[in-house]
This record gives sequence, C-alpha cells and structure tokens, in this order.
Amino acid sequence: MNTLDIFFHVLGTAVVASPVLLLAVMGLTLLFNRPLSETTTVRITQTSVLLSLIPAIAILITMLATGIRNVPIEFGNWVTIPEQAFHFHLKFTFDRLSIPFLMLSCVLCGVVGEFTRRYLHREQGFARFFLFYAIFYCGMVLSSLAGTIETLFVGWEMVGLSSALLIAYFHERENPVRNGQRVWTIYRLSDAALLIAAITMHHMVGEGDFGGLMNSGIWPEGTAAVTSSQALLVGTLLLIGAAGKSALFPFSGWLPRAMEGPTPSSAIFYGALSVHLGAYLLLRLSPLLEASLALQMMVLSLGAISAIGGALMSRVQTDVKTSLAYASLTQVGIIVVEIGLGLRYLALIHIMGHATLRTMQLLRAPTLLRDYNDLENKIGSRLQQQPWSGVGWLPKPIQRWCYRFGFDRGFMDIALDRWIAGPFVGCFLACNRMEERITRFLSREPEPNVDSDESGFDDSMPQDITTAA
Amino acid sequence: MSELHFPWIECSILVPLLGAVWLQLRSNNERELRDTVVICVATLLLTIGELVDFTMVGTFEAHDHWQFLSWIFPPDVFVIDELSAFQLPLAALIFMVIVLSTLRTKAPRFSLELALISESLVLATFSCRASWALIALLIASTIPPFLELRRRQRCTRIYCLHMGLFAALLVVGYGWLMLSDSGTTAILIPGALLTAAGLLRSGIFPLHLWMTDLFEKATFGTAILHTTPLVGAYAVMRLVLPIAPSWALQSIAVLSLFTAVYAGAMALVQSDARRMFCFLLLSQSSLILVGLELVTPTGLTGALSLWLSVAMSLTGFGITLRCIEARISRFSLDEFHGLYSQMPMLAGFFLLTGLASIGFPATIGFVGMELLIEGAVEVYPLVGTMVVIATAFCGIAVLLAYFRVFTGHENRTLVSMRARPAERFAILLLTLLLLGGGLYPQPGIASRYHAAKELTRLRHDTPPGDVPAHAASRGHISPAAANIPE
Repeated sequence: MNTLDIFFHVLGTAVVASPVLLLAVMGLTLLFNRPLSETTTVRITQTSVLLSLIPAIAILITMLATGIRNVPIEFGNWVTIPEQAFHFHLKFTFDRLSIPFLMLSCVLCGVVGEFTRRYLHREQGFARFFLFYAIFYCGMVLSSLAGTIETLFVGWEMVGLSSALLIAYFHERENPVRNGQRVWTIYRLSDAALLIAAITMHHMVGEGDFGGLMNSGIWPEGTAAVTSSQALLVGTLLLIGAAGKSALFPFSGWLPRAMEGPTPSSAIFYGALSVHLGAYLLLRLSPLLEASLALQMMVLSLGAISAIGGALMSRVQTDVKTSLAYASLTQVGIIVVEIGLGLRYLALIHIMGHATLRTMQLLRAPTLLRDYNDLENKIGSRLQQQPWSGVGWLPKPIQRWCYRFGFDRGFMDIALDRWIAGPFVGCFLACNRMEERITRFLSREPEPNVDSDESGFDDSMPQDITTAA
Repeated sequence: MSELHFPWIECSILVPLLGAVWLQLRSNNERELRDTVVICVATLLLTIGELVDFTMVGTFEAHDHWQFLSWIFPPDVFVIDELSAFQLPLAALIFMVIVLSTLRTKAPRFSLELALISESLVLATFSCRASWALIALLIASTIPPFLELRRRQRCTRIYCLHMGLFAALLVVGYGWLMLSDSGTTAILIPGALLTAAGLLRSGIFPLHLWMTDLFEKATFGTAILHTTPLVGAYAVMRLVLPIAPSWALQSIAVLSLFTAVYAGAMALVQSDARRMFCFLLLSQSSLILVGLELVTPTGLTGALSLWLSVAMSLTGFGITLRCIEARISRFSLDEFHGLYSQMPMLAGFFLLTGLASIGFPATIGFVGMELLIEGAVEVYPLVGTMVVIATAFCGIAVLLAYFRVFTGHENRTLVSMRARPAERFAILLLTLLLLGGGLYPQPGIASRYHAAKELTRLRHDTPPGDVPAHAASRGHISPAAANIPE
C-alpha cells in the first residue's frame, strides 16, 4: 500500500466512522439514561458532520489532482464463510457519483442540524430527534458510499427506520403515528424487493459487489456483466425498491403523509435526501438498465407517470408542505426519466440542485406568510397571483377529473387500501375469527371475562404501581 | 469421548431442581423471588462455565467430569456438543431474565417453583442426546404449564389434546424407529411421526392453536418460558435431522415457510398484545425450522444463528410486554396507549428487541437472516423468497405494536411506571448481547457454521465407534447420526 492509498484509507475511514460514532454516542447516552444537554448534542452532531465532510472534500481534491476516478476503501469481510463462498464485504466506493451525493448529504444534514437547534429548542423530544437524525445520517453515508449491495441495504434500512420514527415524532397525536406506520409498511414491502434483488445478484455473479455487475467498475462508463433477462429480473426488483423509497407511482401516497413530522425532518428526508435515494440507486446501477430495453422502458414510464401525477397533485393541495412534497415528486420523476434516457450526469446535477432548493423551500415554509407579508410591505402592494391555465384548453369534464385526481392524490391510497390492504386484512381477520371459534369450541369455555378470575390475581387487575416502582 | 473439567452439565441441571425443593421447603414468600433470582444466576454461570470449558476442550462433543446422575440415566446421556453448547446458556439466560423481570406483586401467581423445575427440564433436554431419556424429558417439560393451567382453573383441553398427541407421536415414533432397519425406507414412517411431533411442539400450522391458547390462559411468564427456548426445533434437530432424507425435510420446509408467512400476517391483525407476540414468535420460530429443514450448510448456519437471535430478542420483547401488562393490566392493540413518556427505556428496548427479532441491520439476527434467505433461495429459488415476505410482515407488526403501546396520545399519569433496577439490568444485558452480537458477528457465525457442518457430516457418516451396542447388534438405524449414546 503506497502513501496515497494510506492517505485515502485514513480519510475514507474518517468519513464512515464519524456518523457511526455519532450514533453510538447518541444511543448509549439514551440507553444508560444520561441524556446530553441541547448544546452538547448539537455540537457533537456538527462535529461529526464536519469530520465526514472535510475528509470527503480532501479525497475529492486529491482525486481531481491525481486524476484517480475511483477510490475503493476496503474494510475486509465483516462476516465470511469461505467454504460456502458467503461473505459480507465491507467496501465503500468514492467516485464521481458517491462523492457529490455524500457531500450533499453532509451539507444538508449540517444545515438542518443547525436549524433544528432553534426550531426544537426546549422540546421534550429534542434528544430523540437527534438520535433518529443520527440513524438517518449514518444510513445516508453508508448508502451513498456503499460498494456492495449488502452495505447499501444496511444504510437503506437505517434511513427507512429513522424516516418512519421521525414522521411519528409528535407521538402524542394519532395522526402522525398512523402516517409513520403507513410509511414503514410501504418501506418494508419495497425493501423486501431490494433484499430479494441482493440475493438474486449474489446467485448471478457470486458476489454483491456493484463492480461485479459491471465489466468496468468505474461509474458511469460500466457496462452490465449480466444477460438481458437477468438484468430485467434484478432491475425490476431494484425498481420496486427505488419506487418505494422515492415515492414513485404507485407508492406516492406516503409522501404528503410524511409531512406530519417536524419541518427539519420533512426538509431533509422528503424534500432532499431520502426521496432521492431511490433515484441514486438507479443511477448507481444505471449500466444495468441499458442491458435491457424492457427495463429501460419501465424506468421511463414510471418516471413519466410519477412526474405528471406529481405535477397535477401539487397544484391542488391546500397546504404548503404537501404542495412542496408533490413538487418534489415531479422533479424526482423527471430525474428518473433522465436516468432512463441514460443522461447520468444531468440526473446527478438535477438531484443536487433540486435537493438544495427544496431544503431551502421547506425550511422557509413555516414562515411563508410572514415572508409574503414582508415582501408586500416592501413593494407597497398586494402580490398578484396569476391563475395557472396549463389545462385551460382541456374540456371541462377532463379538467374536473384532473382536479379530482390531484385532490384525491391520484387515487393511489384509495386503490391500495381497497384492492390490497382491505382484502389482505379482511382475509386474515376471517382466519383469526375462525381460529378463535375453533379454540372456544375445543375448550368449551365461555367468552373470557378479562375483568377478574377466581384467583383474584388476574393479569387484568391493575397492580400496585408503587410496589412495582 | 472428551471430558469436561467439571460436572457442569449435571450441576446446571441439579441447581434449579434443588432450588425448587428449597423454595418448597422454605415457603417464605418474602424472600422467594430473591432466592429464585440467585438460583437462576448461579445456573446461568454454570452454563457459561460449561460453554467456556467446552470451547477450551475444542471437540465436537464432551461429557461431564464425574457423572453422579449415572444411577438415574444411562451413562453419556448428558453430553454437550456444538449444537447444545450455546443453547444451554441461552435457555438459562431466558429463565433468568424472566425471573428478574417478575414483579413482587406477580410472584404469588407466577409459580417460581414450577419455573425452576421447567428450567431444569429444559437444560436436561438440551443436554440430552437422542434416547428414551430425551423422549421422557420432552414429555416431562410439557407438565409444568399444565399444572399452572390447572391451578388457575382454566380449561386445559386444548393443551392436553396437543401435548397428549405430541407425547404419543414421540413414543410411537421413537419406539418404531428403534425397531426399524436403518438405510431402508422403513424408517420413513417413524421419521414422519417424529417430525409431526416436532412440528406440533413448534406450533406449525395447523397445529398451532395450543400456543395461542397457552398465551391466553397461562401467565405470560410461563407461556414465554415454554415457547421461546424452541424445544420443538431441538427435538427436530436430535430426532429427525439425522435420519430423514433430504427430500422429505425439504418438503416439510415448505409447510414451515407457509406457517412463517401465515403467522406473520396474523400478527398484523391481532388486537390482543399476547396473541400478537405469540404469532410473531411462531413466525420467527417457523423460519428457524425452515433453515433446519433445508439441510444445507448455509441454511443450517442461518437457522442456528437465528435461533440464538430469535430466542434472545423475543424473550426481550416478551418481557417488555409483560412489564407493561404488570403496570397497566392486559391491553389491546386496537387503541393507542401513549406510554412513551412513562417508560422511555422500556419503549426503546421494545423497539430494539422487536427489530432484532426480524434481523434488522446491526443486530444479532441480521447475518443469520441473510444466510437463511440465501439457503432458502438456493433450494427453492421462488418459494424461498417468501422468507423475506414473512420477515417484512413481522417488521410491520413490530412497529405497529410499538406505536400502539407507546404513542398515539399523551398519558398524563403521575404514577411512576419506569423500569425497576432488576428490569433495567435485564434490559441492558439483553441489549448488549443483541447489539454486541450484531456488530461483531464473525465468531458466532463461524461457530454455528462449524456446528452445521458437523451435523451435516453426521447425517452421512456412521463412525463404527459411535454405534450403540443394542442398535448396532440388530443392524438398526444409523445411530451416530441420531447421536444415540452407547
């Protein structure tokens, strides 16, 4: 290993270790019931972000100076069973795709961390927010730099969990909690597709390394090392995973629900980073898309439908955060179309620009009325709002349908509830009733009375709490 | 056979048994719980000593230094091998944390004597090789829950029906096996009977009603103790795995897989917390059986790793639910309880153990689950993916339960519901094990792989030295494979 390799290795380790340490500190202090003060929490968080960002910049500068385009950082096998050719390889890749996305994550996480310091000042769940934030940040860094699909999956899951928990941040109300649950449900099911893709990939190329799927591992020039049908199979599974994470059609219904969380988390997750993670995955595996025309068409269609749907829905929303959420969806749909067309650099630039703009818009959203007020005071008159006439040329019934389509959020939630969740729950509730009936028949017991039993010591009796304490 | 440096196995079996006698003689309710905790800790230390000693000996199997139970059981019945070496401390740990998390107010109705007797029986079962002694122990371990149900004056019909059938299948199956010729198709029928017994004890669909019934009618602690050590899976490992042909086991794996998906989906629609826990456990234990029945080294390694993870994490999940029940009584998952602010530590632990049980990254079950999925897909490329679906259902159920119990509205009670020191200790211990095993998984996986390899080898080899006299003379079953003592 020469000096440059050691240099890269040290910096790369710092980039990855910093968020992991942040998560360890946050988790252990809460586990041992020693919560940190607000100032300490924010300082540790900012330090961690800087300790990732600065080495990442140093790596980028060195890469530009030396002309190296791909820096793999290997930590060896986390788990290995050599005889079964099973290994969980810890490999992180710094290249033209991962470094910009990593830096974007660090910058936006830093900005949102600082914003949250004031926004959630003296809130009861301040420490909880920063714990979930640490999980998210760690997940983002791992996902951005992942060199293998297993590492990506670890980061992906962490992002999913933190998203669901942050949506339910205001957990004393039912609505955020229900929305958090819904998001988690969609994430789990779409993540299942990603996991199956990972296993399928292992079976096809004998490893989970992204490089194994490409003949030349350097992004974006790689070409797929699998056949067209294999690419279609893995690509379809990955597309389902990406669609769930990026709220593409038909999973878009969770995006406005996610806005129930505090504004900083909405900004960073659903406006900036998390919502682009699906697109990032497609971008990382873009050579795979080119191996199958059918897959490419699927990506293009999904992107186009999501973009058009998002555009229609964003125009009829009544609150600013939801409107911004659908505007994000429109842009993500366009990014997916760009990926489908093979415009990889354009898609990457689009992600960065859009994420930054949307974070700013979402962070300003709570003070929108005040901003308008200031603006009107300064210009001395009311701002004139021109009605949007994009569909004015359409017949009235179609216009009305478009309005209903947008207002009912594309009927996606209704369709999922009616055609998938409803029958599923109905079927298993029937099974449950059947089981209970059989149990009652066999035991010949009357309906259990949970209020008391003969012993006078039933589980249902509230116990003496003071003794418990 | 190699020998340990101390009679760890027999001591670990006798200590809880003598402890139960001690509790019966003293009948001092005030100190009963404390004494039981001390006995459980001592037993756990003995089993850990056993594991350490066995690791130092560095062999596939070993027996005690002295055998002072040889007047009851035939010599070499109690043997520690790579399969049971980890199960013994695990079982002792489960009993210890359940006892530790028992409130003093609950001690009179959760029989500590029966818990200690159960511990002794479970440890003896896990130390026992395939023999009539194992059959007797498997049957005996079904008695303590029965006694509790009787004491609580609840209907025992469903439990008796299932456990009676379990006992009958074991006795007939093993007896038939003893009389059958090895290497012929004649062992298929006794093999099928023993398999049915193992599946029944594991609660495989449609023979799972006794589990939901037990969770409903027995105390939560007893139900957890009777189900989480996964004695049914152990019975399959000892009695069926060595003799059954691969095609038969792999066919049964489909049934286990169906149970995993069915139970995962059922966990989603439960309104009673105990039933939800029961189905969650059923789904995860069925996944373990899937791995065991795949009989490939990868699948077996995944199942053995997951066994440790599921037993630990679901015990943790169960004790959290039990702690909550002890504070607010039995509760429904149809409504929100908003207990987060009252018990933040229990909330965090509930989430952690729930996620660990589904093999979430950085917890002990993650790699085991990956291996299991890989093994399942290897054997059944399409059906194998249902493992992922089952896990997804369980993941949704875990977070659903978390939200229903800890969030949804503000609970403004002024009464403290925080975890007691003993509960905190149990929580911290399990948390460290779940996260420690997840962050540094290689030693555990390597050891489980070695065990899986040996078990696979034993299915095919029959070293002459291991053939028992009575079976070998009649040219019966492949005894080394069945691990039958001489």
